[in-house]
Amino acid sequence: MDFGFTEEQEMLKKMARDFLTSRCPKKLVREMEKDEKGYAPEIWKEMAELGWMGLAFPEKYGGGDGTFLDLAVLLDEMGRACLPGPFFPTVVLAGMAILEAGSETQKKELLPQIAQGKLIATLATTEDSPLYDASDISTSASEESGNFVINGTKLFVQDAQTADLIIVSARTKKGSENKEGISLFLVKKGTAGVTTTPLMTIAADKQAEVVFNKVVVPKENLLGELHNGWPVLGKVLQYAAAAKSVEMLGGVQQVLEMTVSYAKERVQFGKPIGTLQAIQHYCADMAIDIDGCRLIIYQAAWALNENMPCAKEVALAKAWVSDAYQRCLISAHQIHGAIGFTEDHDLPLYYRRAKAAELAFGDADVHRETVACEIGL
Amino acid sequence: MDFRFTPEQESFRKEVRDFLESEMAKGIFKPRCDAWIIGHSPEFSRKIGEKGWIGMTWPKEYGGQGRSYLDRLVLTEELLRYGAPVAAHWFSDRQIGPSIITYGTEEQKKEFLPKIINGEIYFGLGMSEPEAGSDLAALNTRAVEDENGFVLNGQKVWTSGAHSFNYIYLVVRTDPDVPKHKGISEMIVDLNSPGISVNPLVDMTGGRHFNEVFFDNVRVPKTAIIGKRNEGWKQIVAQLDYERSGMERVMANYPLFEAILKYAKETKYKGQPLSKHPLIRQRLAQLTVEFEVGRLLIYKVAWVLSQKRIPNYEASLAKTFCTEFQQRLARTAMEILGPYSQLKPESERAALDGMAVHSFLITPGYTLQAGTSEVLRNILAMRGLGLPAA
Repeated sequence: MDFGFTEEQEMLKKMARDFLTSRCPKKLVREMEKDEKGYAPEIWKEMAELGWMGLAFPEKYGGGDGTFLDLAVLLDEMGRACLPGPFFPTVVLAGMAILEAGSETQKKELLPQIAQGKLIATLATTEDSPLYDASDISTSASEESGNFVINGTKLFVQDAQTADLIIVSARTKKGSENKEGISLFLVKKGTAGVTTTPLMTIAADKQAEVVFNKVVVPKENLLGELHNGWPVLGKVLQYAAAAKSVEMLGGVQQVLEMTVSYAKERVQFGKPIGTLQAIQHYCADMAIDIDGCRLIIYQAAWALNENMPCAKEVALAKAWVSDAYQRCLISAHQIHGAIGFTEDHDLPLYYRRAKAAELAFGDADVHRETVACEIGL
Repeated sequence: MDFRFTPEQESFRKEVRDFLESEMAKGIFKPRCDAWIIGHSPEFSRKIGEKGWIGMTWPKEYGGQGRSYLDRLVLTEELLRYGAPVAAHWFSDRQIGPSIITYGTEEQKKEFLPKIINGEIYFGLGMSEPEAGSDLAALNTRAVEDENGFVLNGQKVWTSGAHSFNYIYLVVRTDPDVPKHKGISEMIVDLNSPGISVNPLVDMTGGRHFNEVFFDNVRVPKTAIIGKRNEGWKQIVAQLDYERSGMERVMANYPLFEAILKYAKETKYKGQPLSKHPLIRQRLAQLTVEFEVGRLLIYKVAWVLSQKRIPNYEASLAKTFCTEFQQRLARTAMEILGPYSQLKPESERAALDGMAVHSFLITPGYTLQAGTSEVLRNILAMRGLGLPAA
């Protein structure tokens, strides 16, 4: 048992912290909320040069041969910095899907481009009743004269507007269970019949509705086995839930630090409010929630990294952090008082993003249901 | 990062489980909630001692095994999972031994440690007093030195097991003329010494483990002092971290947790198992999430100790969360059982052998003992987060 990072991970953490502190100030975060693309290409390029996009890919695909835990260290820092942009969908969703299911040709073509920052990609799987399981999918893909024709509407697709490549899940065969007959396809930017409409979300985080209207893709764009896409997609959604949890951990830790330093500075009744037990106990409760988050989340990331069956571990993590982050924000807002309620303050950036993150890849209710299944209820 | 126990630790876990299964099969004990505090069985503790499972982290020269805190974690986790009667040696193994090792003289180590390890002597803790609860440093039991040793006068309260233990690990005032934190010492006192009287305090479960302990001109030798005279406060602070952070904080009611999960699967509600009801699934899943979080918090404290670091805020953090979890466990179990939950263990219709109602009645004490949740949150805020003192 070892709850510490390796020396390399500590260095990576420090490097990421330094880089994001200088290159991703809150001014940029705010600008990107209003920006159509939602990211700054020059910073994207620098991140690629630092080897971040390819960090968890094998060297032969232009990656850094790192682990999912190394990637988690980065995501932790990105969550702390509220880094805007398509890193998550490109690396965690599309990258992991291609790595898990891609043919050698697909991996050799796509992963180095992702690693070099030349390809932005995303995953389109949720539809109009998003539970983040196989029942979500009703989009269809039928085989017609050597191609596949995709029809359906996907929702809450991250960074679809800027994506050069969308991985889309669709039903290719009727099965007796929801999990049967699902396949994954690579849809390149500019393919006829794809319409992307931005969704106006509270986090201004560039989610979109993507309509596939008779979208024709060649057979070689099938990702993984025909009709057997669910095991891959299920695994990618586990990576996603764990990765999103790590990002939330970084965010909530920053919220605590902002709140503690405000409580030390803000003077009322002639002394810092941080001397008051009511305030101290709010802060203590936040620290309890966050230490729990750290352990339960890194346990999930570690289990995924070990390639163990870990449906329960991932669900525990996302269930806990989804609720814990909300509790912490309520305390943080209470301690910050009215100033934290203003648009120009940093706290709302976290408040809005925490909700988006909670909803992504299953909220606490969804993951508690998974836990219930996993403990045999 | 590694969230696994080693193969050796897992095989040790199996050894402990096999032993407990066979003891249960022989009818030696029945799983009980809170058996670490109410399951007093010197015979059972001697068996545990023979196995080498008391003081297993202590140095070999005093009869210990020199094993890691993580090994001990495996042991305590299993003892609690099975609700085994380990109260006789629990305090000694958890904190008295470690205190003697850290602060005791060579003679004290040689005298007490082997006897604790063999399960021959059992220690209680003499800390709280009527006027010194959360403000422990206000304690007023006096130890006055004369040429033969010390004379003790005063009273302790909430002393678990004082009627069954042979020794008490006592915190006393040795200097009344200095600021309150600076005149405190720790000592070991034989509970059979003349002048000590023990009076039961029945708790709200109807059970007796608490006592008042009165000291009336009790004579103890100079060698009773553990560590430095008048520096007891510093010693207590470290000792309390051991006291607060064991597996019992999250697993004392584990038998109830298992039982309520089983109950939900086996009980029919509107024609199907109760466990298929969405609300019940959510609530039991939430308890599972909290249990797993709490257990990791306790694991982390043991890991910090195994790194030779002091868990100076982690112990308070873990205890606060875990004891509140156990209160929620008891409440949820009561709510799932409905009207049956109020039936006392002796009632024929009592569900789950009355385990839920026992936990319901006893868990309010969890957030009081070994530091109230409020004191612990203060510690966490100040030591852990660096917030200023009031």
